Amino acid sequence: MTARTLRTGMAATAAALTLATAACSAPSEDGGDGETGGGQDSIVIGIATEPESLSPLLGYGQDGNSKIFDGLLRHDENLELQPALATELPEISDDGLTYTYTLREGVEFSDGQPFTARDVVFTYETILDEDTNNPAKDDLAAIESVTAEGDHTVVFTLAYPYAPFAERTVLPIASAGAAGGQDVNTGPYNSEPVGTGPYVVTGWTRGERITLEANPDYWDGAPEVTRVTMAVIPDDDVRATRLRSGDIDAAVLPPNLAGTFADEDGMVTLNAESADFRSVTLPTGNPVTGDRAVRRALDTAVDRQLMVDSILEGAGSPAHGPVPAASSWFTEGTERSHDPDAARQILDEAGWEPGEDGIRVRDGQRAEFTLWYPAGDRLRQEHALAFASDAREVGIEATVESGPWEVIDERLAQDAVLAGGGSPADPDFDLYTLLKSDLAGNGYNNMGQYDNPAVDEQLDIGRRSNDPQERAAAYDAVQRELVEDPGYIFLTHIDHVYVMADHWDGVSTQVEPHDHGLGHGPWWNVEDWTVRR
Amino acid sequence: MTSLPWAAMARLSGRRLLAAVPVLALVTLGMFALGAASPFDPVRQYIGDGGMGASQETLDALRENLGTSGTFVEQWWAWLRSVAGGDLGQSLALHQPVGQVITERIGWSVLLCSVAFVIAVLLGTALGVLAARRPGGVLDRVVTSLGYTLQAAPPFWLALLAIWLFALQLDILPAGGLTDPGSDVVTAGSLLSHLVLPAGVLAISQLPWFVLYVRQGVGDALREDPVRGARARGLSERTVLLGHALRSGLLPVLTLVGTRIPELITGALLIETVFSWPGIASATVRAATATDFPLLAALTVLSALAVLAGNLLADLLYGLADPRVDHDEM
Repeated sequence: MTARTLRTGMAATAAALTLATAACSAPSEDGGDGETGGGQDSIVIGIATEPESLSPLLGYGQDGNSKIFDGLLRHDENLELQPALATELPEISDDGLTYTYTLREGVEFSDGQPFTARDVVFTYETILDEDTNNPAKDDLAAIESVTAEGDHTVVFTLAYPYAPFAERTVLPIASAGAAGGQDVNTGPYNSEPVGTGPYVVTGWTRGERITLEANPDYWDGAPEVTRVTMAVIPDDDVRATRLRSGDIDAAVLPPNLAGTFADEDGMVTLNAESADFRSVTLPTGNPVTGDRAVRRALDTAVDRQLMVDSILEGAGSPAHGPVPAASSWFTEGTERSHDPDAARQILDEAGWEPGEDGIRVRDGQRAEFTLWYPAGDRLRQEHALAFASDAREVGIEATVESGPWEVIDERLAQDAVLAGGGSPADPDFDLYTLLKSDLAGNGYNNMGQYDNPAVDEQLDIGRRSNDPQERAAAYDAVQRELVEDPGYIFLTHIDHVYVMADHWDGVSTQVEPHDHGLGHGPWWNVEDWTVRR
Repeated sequence: MTSLPWAAMARLSGRRLLAAVPVLALVTLGMFALGAASPFDPVRQYIGDGGMGASQETLDALRENLGTSGTFVEQWWAWLRSVAGGDLGQSLALHQPVGQVITERIGWSVLLCSVAFVIAVLLGTALGVLAARRPGGVLDRVVTSLGYTLQAAPPFWLALLAIWLFALQLDILPAGGLTDPGSDVVTAGSLLSHLVLPAGVLAISQLPWFVLYVRQGVGDALREDPVRGARARGLSERTVLLGHALRSGLLPVLTLVGTRIPELITGALLIETVFSWPGIASATVRAATATDFPLLAALTVLSALAVLAGNLLADLLYGLADPRVDHDEM
């Protein structure tokens, strides 16, 4: 055998392999019309992170806007609740313990099966099942039971009065027929979901893209944009490059990259306000961060506006608490200005005397603590460094360190961490889990171990009362108390920035949560867009 | 041409296959041990950013359900038993059976890697021979310095550079994905145009080794007595170069073919990520960052198998190409 025959053999083997693989189809294919991108009734969106699952049973679409599914209710542009699969907002019993929903009739899942109360009960019961690996199931902790009364009425009974419960029912409804009888954690329903929504999944090549096609029989009218493709492009630069080359029509981008599209013809930039905050936890268990004078001093020493201008390049707003200033729940008058002199005065009065190196000392205790940020998160790193430099100005030393969450988790009770979060729909969602003393150190709730009886009481009122005015007063009281005794230093609320081709009418943004789901972004209501002629 | 030593080759393959069993067991045990020693917590990775409000009760229930309790030896043993029963387990990160993850993706990776590998071998051999013809000549110097430069360039950097040049500046090739983003159907034409950049970059990142080895091997062979003898007999330059020098200069390349396979896999890891290529390597990145043990274990076995097969292939080829080597002695 000569070297030549050897080479030929190798080449032939490789060629055969090539042919064999070329012949195998993409993981899923459907009789698409072969139309390529760029058409105005189709859109290709570049997303940074891919969902692990498209099953609502595992948490997909829990904040609404799930495209493939509908919830009983949904949010409009102003985050007001509107009926979706329910015909109207729920009837709530006087004690706030029973929520009754009347369901829309004649709705079908994309596989043709009728939608009934059975599907609603199936969805909620499956999520609450202890064998279901849904990390967001605590959102539904108030539910004691969910029952179907006939085909078109569903009754939720709560274990305790929970005023924002209706907000939770934007949760997408899965099909009992299609999802039942398979392993909820790994079954095919995770990648081939069947819903009632405006779009149907026609393909999902993991790590590459998800393709959706309009549901022509959608109960609320067939969408004009008939094809939505989500291209998975984790790298910011590559996403911007592919947007520029016309390969994709829209993308989420960091502010600095979005800025390079400002003069581009036919492209629009949208800044979505968000409840997505960055804050520093101040653990009560630490002798320095647990001291009220230190907390108040730090709260007024930080220059929030400068962080917005320099770190976020203007795409954001100062955070004076978890509730964004744009929200109707925000308490006017709780804004704090940057005032290092006032901070120094607070520390002086509390007996924190400047030491030789400029760091304050009281009773032999140096005003120092460690501030962690999750490794690899540039935005949090920059926030942490800016915070440390502001603290240093007034004589408090925050040593910035980075590590994976696993390392940070063990130190939460002692060390500060640059945390993030934010759910805009109801103040209870953020405030209760951040501040309630019972939840201190419970999983990822109340990471700063905040403990303030006055706040606890108001949180309970806000959660249990069905009177909007009483709730508003309770959350006002909480926000004012947070100024007196800050358990966290809230720094910024971050705008999510999107750049897209200007081909459609009806494009808008909602106030967005911390989480980036497929349904957040200008395409939150792509089903309502009209194609510009 | 004598007939192939089938029996000796089969014996070598059989021996290697037997040896592969303990090797694979050890490799996977090592993976579980490393996983246990790492600070990463599968539950923390599973909930991601979305589950930041999860209560301790939920976290504990998840830990129980995900089967991440117990020592690493217990976890490994449980995994091994389920694999022996034909069940590769469930991927935590992708919420799919591991078997399905692999079958959906492996074809695309094999396609990418084999095309890149063939290009690298053929182009590397051609350039190496050309460079060896006139050591110190212009072509040699260009090829050699280019080889060293490319060897130092990280594949992801080459990938970004290629996207910038061909997709952005020249706008002649797509910047990523398997097909045009607007289309569901994988057509040969669009697949081909989407394959050019990732396969090209992967090939170029593998190229320097082949070029430099072939250049060295052929250069040395040209100075050996049999080749000089052939020249002296008045054989044409072409026959001397391709028939004699290349044949003996190619021996080290055969070994290289096998040993480059792990490099090819790591190169593909980065390339697939940059180009959104839905192959097995991008799943590996995901499995590793999400501490997805069932998926990671299966992928570890797969890449170990690839390495073992690569070595076996190299030895078989070597034995065939060099009459002094006996398969039975390997």
